[in-house]
Amino acid sequence: MLRVSNLSLTRDRKILKDLSFEVQPGHMLTVLGPSGAGKSSLLRCLNRLDTPDSGEVFLGGQDVKAMDILELRRRMGMVFQIPALIPDTVAVNVGLGPSLRQKTVSEQEIQELLQQVGLSPGFMTRQVETLSVGEQQRVAFAQVLANQPDVLLLDEPTAALDPTAALTIENLIKDIHSRLHTATVLVTHDIPQAIRFNTETLVIVEGSVLARGNIQDLVNDTSNATLQKFFKGELIGQSPAGEAPEQISQ
Amino acid sequence: MTIESLLLAYGLIAIALIISWHNKLTLEKEVVYGSLRATVQLILMGFLLELILTIDNYLYLALILLAMTLIAAAISGKRGRKIPHATGIAFTGILAGSVITFAVLAGAGVIGPEAKYIIPLGGMIIGNSMNASSLSLNRLIGELGHQRKRIETLLALGANARQASEWAVRQSVRSALIPVIDSMKIIGLVHLPGIMTGFIIAGGSPLEAVKYQLAIVFMIAGTASLTCMIVTLMAARRCFSQELQLLDTFRPSTA
Repeated sequence: MLRVSNLSLTRDRKILKDLSFEVQPGHMLTVLGPSGAGKSSLLRCLNRLDTPDSGEVFLGGQDVKAMDILELRRRMGMVFQIPALIPDTVAVNVGLGPSLRQKTVSEQEIQELLQQVGLSPGFMTRQVETLSVGEQQRVAFAQVLANQPDVLLLDEPTAALDPTAALTIENLIKDIHSRLHTATVLVTHDIPQAIRFNTETLVIVEGSVLARGNIQDLVNDTSNATLQKFFKGELIGQSPAGEAPEQISQ
Repeated sequence: MTIESLLLAYGLIAIALIISWHNKLTLEKEVVYGSLRATVQLILMGFLLELILTIDNYLYLALILLAMTLIAAAISGKRGRKIPHATGIAFTGILAGSVITFAVLAGAGVIGPEAKYIIPLGGMIIGNSMNASSLSLNRLIGELGHQRKRIETLLALGANARQASEWAVRQSVRSALIPVIDSMKIIGLVHLPGIMTGFIIAGGSPLEAVKYQLAIVFMIAGTASLTCMIVTLMAARRCFSQELQLLDTFRPSTA
């Protein structure tokens, strides 16, 4: 479904160095790394919000460079760390993606999307400014799902939430993934969260792959000293495990 | 006015300098440069105006107005340094806004076909258009930075540049038009416009003076609105790359 080959990105410094991985249909890959490791930049290169210096990204066997950029972004839905909705009702926000392509989403479809993210139909007419950040993040998920993406890119979607709201969003991600089987790339700096997701994991540090495999196997791999340092939160620039970089109170 | 009175008036610039220095606004250089420019320009214009106002060749008049537009665009473009081709955008906006307003006023007979009407009113239109352009560019840069997350969310949903920048454009135009709208609200109550006052002092009929002043007020509003819209829409398109990414100048480096 999604294949990334030798991806590199440079800005004021080397951000991504020769990254390669694959995500099969229905699978979830967790990209784990400390702050500044290049995780968000990696996602931004996948839907071309950033242009990599070199390397290739294939979606369903097609090079994304050859794809229409608007269609690529519809097919690769991205949920950001902080929800940035438009100042309007929940219904308008949920139907926003299709409306950008002059397609209307019926009231019933919006209700179904809201149900998928755990919000009642009563939310449809609510102004998004009146919602908590956790509820806004649910609307952001519904917004992305309305585009019927082939791949979900989740950029630290719980990092701005308090621990309780973060756990409910984690459960929502698991629920969406088990029901829709959409190929998903989840980025997180939160080691306990990666362990809770218990998926194939790519550990990246300073833009390079440090290790890959099932998270439980990686945690138990004592042969890789740098990896163990990472799990102990001892790498330079690493915030203690589980600490959110940019937290918004509910 | 005596030279001493003028020097005293210059003292007011010192207040602006002290405020800038005390609050670390780093505007001192701009304030001094602006006041010196104003002095030199007005001295030159004082001597040249009599000559200019007697020109009866429309080509020369058009060239003078074009030169004014170019100078205004160069000044305004500096407010949009982060936006590629900001000077060209400012020129297009100022020229289009001014030409349309000028044509409407000339067609309505408000501006007479002589240099003594064309040059001062043309200058007023271009000057107001420049203010609108500078404010629009400045506000747009602020809004694109401020709304970066929303813009990138929209891009990630499949928005094109126009759709992604819609809210930023709306807010920029709204902010840029605030001075013009507020000025219209208080005209005659707080702000007594120069042309009307001069007209009445010179012995003109108050009703005639009001008619001229209203035409000028609406001219300013019309020019500002046109320029704001043209400049903001054109500039917003330039803030995205060909691959529909918000330019690096509007976002911090990410990792």
